[in-house]
Amino acid sequence: MGNIEQLYQDTILSHNRSPRNFRKLEQFSHTTIGRNPLCGDVYQLFARIEDEHITDIGFQGDGCAISKASSSIMSELVKGKTLTEAGKYKDDFLQLLLAAKEEQQESVLAKLPRKLQVFRGISEYPMRVKCATLIWRALEAILQGQGAEAETAVSTE
Amino acid sequence: MLNNEKISAKTTQQTVRQTIQWASEQRDQFPIFSRHPEWSYLDSAATAQKPRRVIDFLQEFWCERNAPLHRGVYRLSAQVTQDYEDVREKVARFIHAGCGNEIVFCRGTTDAINLVAHSFVAPRLKKGDNILISAMEHHANFLPWQQLCQKTGAELRIIPLRKGLVEGAFRQHLQVGLDLESAEALLDDRTQFMALNHVSNVLGVINPVTDLCQLAKTKNIPVLLDGAQAIVHGSVDVKALGCDFYVFSGHKLYGPDGVGVLYGRSELLETMPPYQTGGDMIEFVSTAETTFAPPPQRFEAGTMPVSAVIGLGVAIDYFQSLPEERLLRHENTLLQLATENLRSTKSLQKVQIIGDETDLTRKVGVLSFVIEGVHPHDIGSILDSANVAVRAGHHCAQPLMADLKLTATARASFAVYNNERDVQQFCEGIEKVITMMI
Repeated sequence: MGNIEQLYQDTILSHNRSPRNFRKLEQFSHTTIGRNPLCGDVYQLFARIEDEHITDIGFQGDGCAISKASSSIMSELVKGKTLTEAGKYKDDFLQLLLAAKEEQQESVLAKLPRKLQVFRGISEYPMRVKCATLIWRALEAILQGQGAEAETAVSTE
Repeated sequence: MLNNEKISAKTTQQTVRQTIQWASEQRDQFPIFSRHPEWSYLDSAATAQKPRRVIDFLQEFWCERNAPLHRGVYRLSAQVTQDYEDVREKVARFIHAGCGNEIVFCRGTTDAINLVAHSFVAPRLKKGDNILISAMEHHANFLPWQQLCQKTGAELRIIPLRKGLVEGAFRQHLQVGLDLESAEALLDDRTQFMALNHVSNVLGVINPVTDLCQLAKTKNIPVLLDGAQAIVHGSVDVKALGCDFYVFSGHKLYGPDGVGVLYGRSELLETMPPYQTGGDMIEFVSTAETTFAPPPQRFEAGTMPVSAVIGLGVAIDYFQSLPEERLLRHENTLLQLATENLRSTKSLQKVQIIGDETDLTRKVGVLSFVIEGVHPHDIGSILDSANVAVRAGHHCAQPLMADLKLTATARASFAVYNNERDVQQFCEGIEKVITMMI
């Protein structure tokens, strides 16, 4: 088992204490809700998408340090990026956490920004992986075009 | 009957010393703690560890006695059938049922409640009727009734909570009970059924179910009690409680998983159609028609978990070998120690107890809490790194969580094998949580 300090690294703790973009957007084009039925955590993600760019993003909800930090860091990274760029972050991050083999995780690690690399230790805590992926599933739904008219809910299960 | 009056509310040095000695002897009966001496296992309200005699029995069963139930004409099968039916009688004596025929073996508490919902309540429930439950039910005693009401157009009525505060050294802790006065007002002549937890799995509070059963009886309303948590904290007497159905699981009672018990009054079981149909529950089958076996066989379709049922009998023997007063005092002493620590340690002042009581003998050894600014899942992971196993989450009681305006709590629960060191390790673990996260 990993060391608990590797799970709760300073970056994660800092984003948990003061999450970035932790607000409902006044003007948004897409919104999705991410739920983790195992623990009851719920986040709502808001995005304003203009001309294939995520021009603004925000989230609200209640969850653990891992899910909140993951949401905060995701929002910082994808804000201002194109949908394709955001999709790349999402794919690489999910591969880091969900890849079956260590080599697959290693191969993707270097591609990720440092802020996302801090989540690497979570794959040793299988019960917590879904905490980290929750908001990215909500983002995934938006990137697939969901949540534009009616609110869309996604689940980790 | 969860007779905590037998024990004193105050912990003295002497009771602590006695309980330490007793606990160390009990702990030795559980092989998992000799394999993993580092663990403080405080999740027995989810599932209890198993004593050596249950584990040994199961091994012995597979080596010596395994055979099909009811169907073989040879001696092995006859013996296993006898053993299985003996456990039925043992369970009946254990909870003071009238006779073995009032005991149905199921997969667990959830299965037992679904059986009653399907076979007893559903045929009686019409649009405009209502079912009464409480705001602190486990999903197992909530969803079957919610779904049944939705299907029939009946109303699901919910006994509300009564909340209070318990003073600690640094903050107030939350006391939560059922609002009995509202309960009375919620019953009327369209109330077809009442289903309540005997002890809350989140709060540990012992509910006044005898009073509620009495109230229901005056209006001729049948009552089911969910005893999943209560069964392991003292003797249960279904007749004295005055309930019509009582359900519990084996795995929280130091027994094997995969088996649970439904007690139902004979007069009621006899009126009920089968829940599932299949092998072993019939009198006679032809292509034109079938007659079903009488209860309890009518409700035991297919191959039953024979080893688990007979193993449950061994677990009950183990449980009954524990002097009840000593057991209750032991668990309550640990609850008091942990509660006192959370209430009055300066470094733990961010902890709020959910389901506190000024008189802790009103509770079983279940201690839910939250820490200001820290999500329970983070508490759970950090306690895990300190080798402390607690439950973190909504405890399958989301309506209760919503009522308390919480998404989750962390919960420690105490059993016969826990000791003072577990409480200490738990409190040190919480200090670690606070240091890391705040």
